[in-house]
Amino acid sequence: MVSYELFSEKTKMAELVISNPKLMLTLSRFGIELGFGDHNVKEVCEKANVSSSFFLLICNLYANPDYIPSSVELDSVNTETIISYLSVSHRYYVEERIPHIEHHLNRIVEACPERFGNTLQRFFKEYKDEVANHFKYEEETVFPYINSLGNDSENKFSIHEFKSTHSNIEDKLGDLMNILIKYLPADIFPKERIEISLDIMDLSSDLNCHTLVEERVLVPFVELLERKCYENK
Amino acid sequence: MKINKIVIAEPSPIVSAGLLRFFEDLNQLQVVSVIDNVDDLNDKMIVYNPDVLIVNPLMMGYTNNNIIRQINQNYPDTICVALVTTFIDKSLLRYFKEIIELSDNKQRVANKIFNLINNNDDSMLQNESVDLSNRETDVLICVAKGMTNKDISDMLNISVHTVVTHRKNIVKKTGIKSVSGLTVYALLNNLVEESDIYE
Repeated sequence: MVSYELFSEKTKMAELVISNPKLMLTLSRFGIELGFGDHNVKEVCEKANVSSSFFLLICNLYANPDYIPSSVELDSVNTETIISYLSVSHRYYVEERIPHIEHHLNRIVEACPERFGNTLQRFFKEYKDEVANHFKYEEETVFPYINSLGNDSENKFSIHEFKSTHSNIEDKLGDLMNILIKYLPADIFPKERIEISLDIMDLSSDLNCHTLVEERVLVPFVELLERKCYENK
Repeated sequence: MKINKIVIAEPSPIVSAGLLRFFEDLNQLQVVSVIDNVDDLNDKMIVYNPDVLIVNPLMMGYTNNNIIRQINQNYPDTICVALVTTFIDKSLLRYFKEIIELSDNKQRVANKIFNLINNNDDSMLQNESVDLSNRETDVLICVAKGMTNKDISDMLNISVHTVVTHRKNIVKKTGIKSVSGLTVYALLNNLVEESDIYE
């Protein structure tokens, strides 16, 4: 059964991680390392100099995809914190997860008949480019825009544009899974394929949560900022 | 205006009360009976002969699964909808035409029901075969070669609408959504040559 209970400042950090191991990845993005003993969320966050309210917001969203943050929670978010969190996540995907999957895939490619191998490689390269473009757009257009809010500069961009064009970068991973599980000939590297499939599933669910953070936290947060800026004018 | 009669079979009073509340404002739908166990189902069918029957499949368990099949046979005009409140085995949903989930909002539930009433097509939820039909394979080959829907419709002499339907079915059957993924699929199955695709 799904648990509807949200994490709070008093939750023991260890309890939070054990109830939802994929949050370990989130911890490292906040610069929080394991080994926190019996300390609760508030204590560990204070020590690591992390906003505990933002940390909880992210963890709750990761653990409960149906969770919709309240406006009070959104109000406590700080521009710098959320942008830095999202940028660190981008780097993690691009510099660690995707190369890791690519490494596995290359071994499969080597074992494949050449024409299959080429196709798989080309497919993955297209995916990498797609992800790179997706992140580049956010880092070079969306984030600077958010940073500039509150300055007097005129903006042609608005978060609404981001909201309506935000593309999906999980589809191709799903396709790759289907190909690896169903359609690649059975004798090609069975063990490697299991591993890579599990890695893809992890990445895919992580990206899903990442999209949720952007859609449920970043977008409403910036909408709030935009409104404030407009009222101040 | 025709008023469509609904019978709800759901064990949880909270859930059935909520659903009842949804239908209150919809003039074209009227809930004629709410029951909380399967034993009453046949009686209610005889008494009301409803247009829509909403059943929580949990009530039937695995052994009673053919109740819905019997209802489909005996009352062909009644549309059976599953009300899914928890994880459930797919086989339990086999004879239903639509699924309502706990997370559906009022609008979604209404849309689902009205779509069923207005279309009343005979397709059950799980009747898809895994293999692509010949026509779907033709379309897939064209997609892999990078052709647009318009190109494909001209070449195969079918409407763009039909092309779109074929493409939807291809995605459903293979589980592959992107064009480049479908290209890989086509190559792996020797439907196209590398030289057809990449210059």
